[in-house]
Amino acid sequence: MLDFPRWRVWMLNALILASLLLAIPSFLPKATLEAIPSFVPKETINLGLDLAGGSHILLEADKAQLERDRLENLEDNVRNAMRRADRIAIGDATRSGGKLSFTVTDSSKIDAARKALEPVIAGASGGRDWNMEFTDGNRITLAPAGSGQVTALSQAMDSAKDVIDRRINALGTLEPTIIRQGEDRIVVQVPGLQNPEALKELIGKTAKLEFKLVDDEADPDETAKGKARVGSQILPYPDNPTGIPQIAVRRLGGISGDKLTGSQQSFDPKTNEPVVNIQFDTEGGQRFARMTQQYTGKMFAIILDGKVISAPQIKEPILGGSSQISGSFTVESAGQLAIALNSGALPVDLKVVEERSVGPDLGADSIRRGLIAAIVGTAGVLMWMLLTYGRFGVYASFALVINVAMILAVMALANATLTLPGIAGFVLTIGAAVDANVLINERIREERRKGRRVIQAVENGYKEASRAIFDANITNVIAAVLLFIFGSGPIRGFAVVLMIGIVTSVFTAVTLTRMWVVGWLKKNRPQDMHI
Amino acid sequence: MKLLKLVPDDTNIGFIKWRNIAFGISIVLLLASILLLATRGLNYGVDFIGGQMIRTTFVDEKAAPVQELREQVGSLGFGEPTIQRFGAENQVSIRMKLPDGADKKPELANIMTQKIIAKVKEEHPKVRIDGVDSVSGKVSSELFSKGLFALIAAALGVAMYIWIRFEWQFGIGAIWALIHDTTLTLGLFSLTQMEFDLNTIAAMLTIIGYSLNDTIVIYDRIRENMMKYRKMAMPALLDLSVNETLSRTVMTSLTILTPLVVLVLFGPDVIFGFSVAMAFGIFVGSYSSVYQAAPFLIWFGVKSDSFVPDEKVADAKVERIIEGKV
Repeated sequence: MLDFPRWRVWMLNALILASLLLAIPSFLPKATLEAIPSFVPKETINLGLDLAGGSHILLEADKAQLERDRLENLEDNVRNAMRRADRIAIGDATRSGGKLSFTVTDSSKIDAARKALEPVIAGASGGRDWNMEFTDGNRITLAPAGSGQVTALSQAMDSAKDVIDRRINALGTLEPTIIRQGEDRIVVQVPGLQNPEALKELIGKTAKLEFKLVDDEADPDETAKGKARVGSQILPYPDNPTGIPQIAVRRLGGISGDKLTGSQQSFDPKTNEPVVNIQFDTEGGQRFARMTQQYTGKMFAIILDGKVISAPQIKEPILGGSSQISGSFTVESAGQLAIALNSGALPVDLKVVEERSVGPDLGADSIRRGLIAAIVGTAGVLMWMLLTYGRFGVYASFALVINVAMILAVMALANATLTLPGIAGFVLTIGAAVDANVLINERIREERRKGRRVIQAVENGYKEASRAIFDANITNVIAAVLLFIFGSGPIRGFAVVLMIGIVTSVFTAVTLTRMWVVGWLKKNRPQDMHI
Repeated sequence: MKLLKLVPDDTNIGFIKWRNIAFGISIVLLLASILLLATRGLNYGVDFIGGQMIRTTFVDEKAAPVQELREQVGSLGFGEPTIQRFGAENQVSIRMKLPDGADKKPELANIMTQKIIAKVKEEHPKVRIDGVDSVSGKVSSELFSKGLFALIAAALGVAMYIWIRFEWQFGIGAIWALIHDTTLTLGLFSLTQMEFDLNTIAAMLTIIGYSLNDTIVIYDRIRENMMKYRKMAMPALLDLSVNETLSRTVMTSLTILTPLVVLVLFGPDVIFGFSVAMAFGIFVGSYSSVYQAAPFLIWFGVKSDSFVPDEKVADAKVERIIEGKV
């Protein structure tokens, strides 16, 4: 029992010192931390949003919309490919059930059509994005190949994540965490954010900008009823000066907003209304110039996320590659649109499916009162230990304090986040640590009552109690691991603290106290002891 | 200095003779809990049923204008809000279930939140929005099933371990104690209608942890005593084991209850329900280890010498091993 080599004592003491040092930065104010030179390890624990305040927003992609977009895109590509391949005429094109189906008018050209379609349906990595099927001699049906859909979604989510990143960064000093979750979700967490409304407005906006010609031959009555002519489509236009909240535009021949190089909020020099200035890239500029040359005098619709925001007349060809979007903007909404356009359009519509925001006051109140409760509670625990076990209670108390420091140190090193459920994990591990010491000390008392000598009693106490301590902790480890694997956010926060805490609490409550007890026994060789 | 002894030496309380009465009480309480859960159910938070909850503080006002709020928020057409105080008089939470059609449009929960916040801010310019939780139906059902699954997986994993370390009767006894403790805690939540959310699941997990810890300590002692006293009658052996570990049970429970009581009294309001649940669970956990887990062994027919290897069987096994048949 007394055999406790010196090198082990040194090692344990070094470990205690290291964890105390690593735990300190988490308690220092930020300014102090920044003043410390960078070679000193100064990782801190992150406080979860529920404690520190901030916003957690979960976005989900509209998969159906993505599929529709893909299909629409496919149709455009097919038409282009057919035109280029010796003008193969196609007809009766329908999009339904996620499939595109059309007929080749001249059935002798079906092989040429197949050839021309090959590059259209090929996937990025050698496979196929679409499966081709021939029926009735001249009908071609393109159905999505499973992998193509998955890759498309995955790519869309990746680039959506980048877009969101750019948009939030444009807001300034926030420190957001943006993570993809599952196949179709993105988590955005912004600590310390006071008002998430503006943020949601910004990241929820798809910002798909399009310019399309207004169909001026459409029958206004039909348009009001929502019926479009062939080649046209009806789009909502809430601010339409005619009073009808809808307008007919030509489906093809427009320009999309991904040909932009920049956009800024500005003011119209004549009316002094807030507007958004946009600049096209070379290709977009040329196309815009061509469109405005060809259709001078006609109206074109500026469409944002499927809604027409204004439909000005083309007074003269715009050749400089830049333009101005006016609508009923406020300075704020024009600024937001500029940011959204600058960061690019979201490749897929994102919907807020979960939001959790905690105001800084509530968070601060939670921390303050949690801290008070923690201090009073710990004092209570230590008091019980001291009153009941005397010297052994002192050892147990020190072990407990070091246990807390070690958990904090490990969490800081791992950059883990402490949440409210994490505090529950803390309570559980501290309970386990206290229990370990109670088990040991009660056992020592029992052994003394049976008349064993001091050293023998201590040795038996540690040995016999270890079994129950071991079993209890293993069960906790099993529970923690399973919770981590199967649980969601908050439950995982609990599991992480529990996993760390079990290891440290066994170490402090058993190994450390044993070292101290052995040290005392060696030094004093007591014949009797107070426990 | 005289040290404190919560349980005097050589305490010998005949716990086990009350086992049938205790079991009867437990059954009544369990049935009452199940009945409550079936009829009143749990007051699920937005985590589990979706919808939205905002926490508001009416700065500069003594009390929150609950009636006004009810009408103003109600006038938005999403239904009747549930308005509850949390913390001080001027702090209330406004809860609203998922609006109609939310299953088709998952973003509706959030749109509703935005409208409610706008309305409250418009009517009460000085209000402070302290917290927003808005969860769509799909996400909430995922959270619910994931939480439940994690809970069950953890409980089963632990039972398996106890089964391996002890004997199967012990494993089932531990599971029974676990079911007992969690059901009663759920019953408490149903009775008080405290909000049941993800944080509560963490509290339940803590209770499970303690309950198992307690059970294991007593089981360990029972196993030890079974080796020592092969001739002792089972009830007496259980009594001995419980009494031997009694001072530990009392000491540990008291020590852990201390910070929890502090949390209930002074802790943050957001974790009030959480702290109450844990304090209750620890109390129930200690009781169930003594009165459910231990007597269960008797009901399962465990005898003091049940697990002593039969020498003949053991010898036969050794022979088989020697002959290379295993």
